[in-house]
Parts: sequence; structure tokens; C-alpha cells
Amino acid sequence: MQEIIQYLFSGITTGAIYAVIAVGLSMLYSSTELINFAHGEFVMIGAMSMVTFWVHMALPLPVAIGCTLALGCALGLLFERFAIRTARNPQPIVLVIITVGASIFLRGTGMIVWGKDPFSVPPFSNHESLEIFGAALLPQSIWIVAAALLLAGGIHFFLKRTLTGKAMVASAVNQKAAWLSGIPPERMAVLAFAISTGCGAVAGIFIAPVTMSSYDMGTILGLKGFCAAMIGGLGSLWGAFAGGILLGVLESLGAGLISSGLKDAIAFILLLLILYVRPGGLFSAKEAKRF
Amino acid sequence: MGMKKSVIAALFLVLILLPASSLMATSVYKVGGIFSSTGRASFLGDPEKKTMEMMVEKINAEGGIDGHMLEAVIYDSEGDPAKAVSAVNKLIHKDKVLAIVGPSTTPTTLAIVNFVERAQVPLISCAAGVKITTPVKPWVFKTAQSDLLAVAAVYQHMKNAGIKKIGILTVSNSFGESGKMQLLDQAQDFGIEVVQVESFGAKDTDTTTQLTKIKAASPDAIVCWGTNPGPAVVAKNVKQLKIDIPLYQSHGVASPKFIELAGDAAEGIILPTGKILVTELLDDKDSQKKILEGYQTDYSAKFNSNVSGFGGYAFDAVNMLANALKGSNGDKNKIRLALENTRNHVGATGEFNFSDKDHNGLSPEAFVMVEIKNGTWKLID
Repeated sequence: MQEIIQYLFSGITTGAIYAVIAVGLSMLYSSTELINFAHGEFVMIGAMSMVTFWVHMALPLPVAIGCTLALGCALGLLFERFAIRTARNPQPIVLVIITVGASIFLRGTGMIVWGKDPFSVPPFSNHESLEIFGAALLPQSIWIVAAALLLAGGIHFFLKRTLTGKAMVASAVNQKAAWLSGIPPERMAVLAFAISTGCGAVAGIFIAPVTMSSYDMGTILGLKGFCAAMIGGLGSLWGAFAGGILLGVLESLGAGLISSGLKDAIAFILLLLILYVRPGGLFSAKEAKRF
Repeated sequence: MGMKKSVIAALFLVLILLPASSLMATSVYKVGGIFSSTGRASFLGDPEKKTMEMMVEKINAEGGIDGHMLEAVIYDSEGDPAKAVSAVNKLIHKDKVLAIVGPSTTPTTLAIVNFVERAQVPLISCAAGVKITTPVKPWVFKTAQSDLLAVAAVYQHMKNAGIKKIGILTVSNSFGESGKMQLLDQAQDFGIEVVQVESFGAKDTDTTTQLTKIKAASPDAIVCWGTNPGPAVVAKNVKQLKIDIPLYQSHGVASPKFIELAGDAAEGIILPTGKILVTELLDDKDSQKKILEGYQTDYSAKFNSNVSGFGGYAFDAVNMLANALKGSNGDKNKIRLALENTRNHVGATGEFNFSDKDHNGLSPEAFVMVEIKNGTWKLID
């Protein structure tokens, strides 16, 4: 019994990481209908910038987080301006391939800037792990869950309750109609990218203390985040959050109860099953609801 | 007229023979090197390449071998077996080298073994895989310690500490799989029972699930086998779960980087390492100490960076090759035999005793056990 609780906690720890990544991916999808395969690289940039700003330059934690966030948003802005918007044939498949190319570029740049060695970052709050029913829960996991919830909640509020957010969704639904009603689609796209990559950087900031950061950490994290977003239903922020936690818990239970060698296989088989039964994901936002 | 002709003929002969004989006296011994000096395994290949260049320069400065200068032809395999194969073909057919040092990794070495066997060129690999020298191949030697020896050193320490039951946690790549095989194979010889076998992905962010499962099997100790950064995550997780049994790690994390990554969680971890990491802690009577200090001084003077155990593999390979070249007159079979008959050669990695049955020539004593105390290494028996 105690083990099962520990598996659940471990699952929530990893799941929260997937969730916070999935929220950023899902946000971009719901405001531009684009899947950014370079999202994992922005997570890497977030984590590695924390190493630079907080560990190496010894800036105070809030300043380091601010700098990292600004860097993440700024890079997203440049990414949209120079890689996405310049595409002559902006079909979804072309743009997706551009993001794949960008991920390779960013990973290579990360290697040149930070080298190939991994780095570690101390936890934000230096507490012992909490003991609940004899199972240990890391304080940093609570930080990550809180970050994921706040991000999902904040973006949800932004998209549904503010004029800019609504305009952003509108230009995703129908760019021409949005343009006709006075919304500048380009500015919306740039904003969506900056917010999404900023979310990626936030994910990196909170993940850095639980794991080791290196230039090549982004690929697998991005993929897992993508899976989480798919499970929850792309475009649904709460779905992304729930999907992440679910994926983490499934992985952990699979490793704990069956075999750690099959950990990833179990998670991906379940992902396939879920998508087979509910192709739109568990919490898929119905297209009609948009209007 | 007849005399003049014969004088000219004699002059001709002298002209033809002179350069040839003067060439003979100064002809160079060409040796090859294949290292992964760039790419993912560059942390292995880069110090190896630098070490080989440094050693060749040093040997030449001391007058070469039997009056022959050494010339090193070094290619970069980028850690890619296909590139290693093309490099070995160039070395054998174009450069016509007498012997080859490297490659740096097990896959690249295994890829070229057949080529050197067929061409009958001695090869001294710097890679660790057991498969390179078991079964013994006449022309293939290696200087890196096998994980077989690392596991033996760990198990010997456990046996002395009275540890009977262990849980093992290995990374799911070739390093971890090979370690797992050795851990399972040798357990019985040391009266140790493996009660739980778990694995983790090289990029996993958390291993608490696996550790919980191991903890539930109540072992006396945990062995983690992997290369950075996974084992540092494991070390942190062990502390977080408050598992208070000894944690053993492999020689794969024997570098200051691991202590930096694991931080406080590294305290008390026990692991095997080559002696190069702990040179200054070694007893003055240790025969390797002087050699290690000499290598360290030369290397850091030339490249302004610290030595690593990996460079030590090339250091030993070049030294033993230089010894084997002495008196060989460039005959490859003589070089091979001289290598095979190398006994009591004290090198950076350990004491080598090659024979026709053992082309690695090291014993578990090539490893020392260290414990991490106050953020640094401490020798233990």
C-alpha cells in the first residue's frame, strides 16, 4: 500500500513536468493551430538559462527567473518573426517541419553555448521531502504542480476573458475574418509564440532543480509533453494538465507494478488506446464551442 | 675507357644505394590512431588523441625508437562505426601503418576488429567492452579496464562489508546493460543475491518508482550502473526517499562532475575508479603513483587541462607499443609477439600482464574503491 502511494507521488512528480510542458504546447495550438516541435528546446533553454543566471552569475532567484523568462519570450518572438512568418508556403505541414528544423538548430546552439556537460540547480525551497502516509513527496514537485496549475489557469483566463486573448483565438479560427474585424493576425501570432515559448521557459525553470539539465534534455521532454497534450486533447489547457499528470502516473505505475524496462512502452500503449477510443483526446475542446 | 665506364657504373650504384641506405637509417615508423575526437564520445577521444600526439613528440625528442622517428597518423571516427571502418582501411592500405591505437568506444572497436585481423596489423583499443578481447583475437589488445573488473572490485568490497542481498538499478543503454550482465553473472561467486533488478532511461527526470520497488525488496545495498547525469538523479532520489542503505555507483561516474551534479546527495556513495582520479591520495609505495604524476605534469603543461582516465588508456597503449617496436625492425608479427609477451608493465591504468590467453592483462587491482566524503574522494580498502 505504502509503495502504491509512493508510485503515485513519483508519478505526479514526473507528470507535473509533462503537464507544465503540455500547457505551453496546447496554448500555442489553441491560438495558432500549430504544433511546435521545438517546444522542448525552449524548456531546455529555460533550464540552462537558470544554470547561467542563478548558479553561475549568482543573481537573486526572482531576477534569474525574470531574465530567463524574458529570454524565452524574446527567442519565441525571433522564432516567429524569422522562421515561421518568412515561410513562403505557410501550410501546416511546412510550418511543423520548420519547427522540427528549429529544434535541431536550437539544440546545436545550446551545445555550443553551454557545452555538453550536464548541470544541476539547487531546489527553490530547501526543505526535507514531506512524508505522507509513509511516502515521500518532494517540495519541488509541489512547486511544479503549482506552476502548471497557475499557467493553465492564467492562460485560460487570458484566452477566454481578455480582449487580446479572444482576438488571438479569433485569428486562429479564421484569420481572414479576424483581419476583417480589425484584428492584426501577425501581431497575434507573435504574441502567441512569445507566450508559448515563455511557458516553455517556465517549465524549464521549475524542472531544473529536480533533474539534471543538459543541452539535449529538450527532445524527450518535448515528446512527452506532446503525448500529454494529445491525451488531454490538443487545445484544451486543463486537458493538457490532466494528460500530463495521467501520463506520469501511468508511467510510474507501469514501472512499479509491471517492469521498469517497459515503462515507456506501457505509457505509449495506453496513449494509443486512449487515442483509439477517443481520437480527440480525453478533454477535447469541441470545435463548435469556439464560436 | 673501360675504367671510366666502371667508375661511372660504381658512381651510379653509389647514387642509387646512398639515398636508399640513408633512408633506411632515418625511415620513420608509422603508427595509426583512430579516436572519437569529436562527436558524442569526444570526452573519451579528445584526451586520447592529445595524449598520443604528446607521447609521440616525447619519444621523438628522446631520439625515437632504435633510431627510427615515430610518425602518428590520426583519424577522427566521430564515434561512428562506419567512419572507424573507413579510417582503418586508410591506415592499413594507404598509410601502411605498423600498428593502430584506438578506437575510443566499444562499438567502433568491434566494427574494425575483423579488418585488422585480416590485414594482420596489431591493434591496441582504448575501449572498455569485454567483447573486444574475449574470445582472444591474436592481433587485438586493449588497455581500458573491463566492467568485468569493476564489478569484481565492487563485489569484493561488498563481501568484506558483509553485504548479502543487493538491488541493482542500471541505465538502459549499452553501458548499463553490460554492467547488469556482469552484476548478475558474478553475484554468485561472491555469495551475493540480487533481489531486485530495475532500469531507468538515460534521460529520466525521476527514479523514485524504481527505488521504491528496490526498497520494498529490502536489500542490504543498492548498486547503480550508469553514466552522468542519470546516476546523480538516482543519488538525489535515494536521499529524498530516505533510503539509508549503502549506495554503490559504477566507474562510469568517477569524475568531479558527478559530485558537482549530485551535491550533498553524493556523500557516502562508494564506487570503483581507476587510480588516475586519486593520484595524490595514493600511497607513495604504489608503483603507479610516479607514472601517473609524470603523465599529469606533462599533460597539463602541454594542454593546460587536467588528465582523465581515458587519456591514460592511450598513454598505456602508446608506451607498450613503443616498447614492442624496439628491436622489431618494423615486423608486424614481431610487434604482436612483443605485445603479447608484455609482463609487469606498470602503466597509468594498472599493471599489465598480457599473455596468449589475456589481451587486456589487468586485474581487479586496477580499480581502487573510493567513498565520497565532504565533496571529495576518500580511498577505502
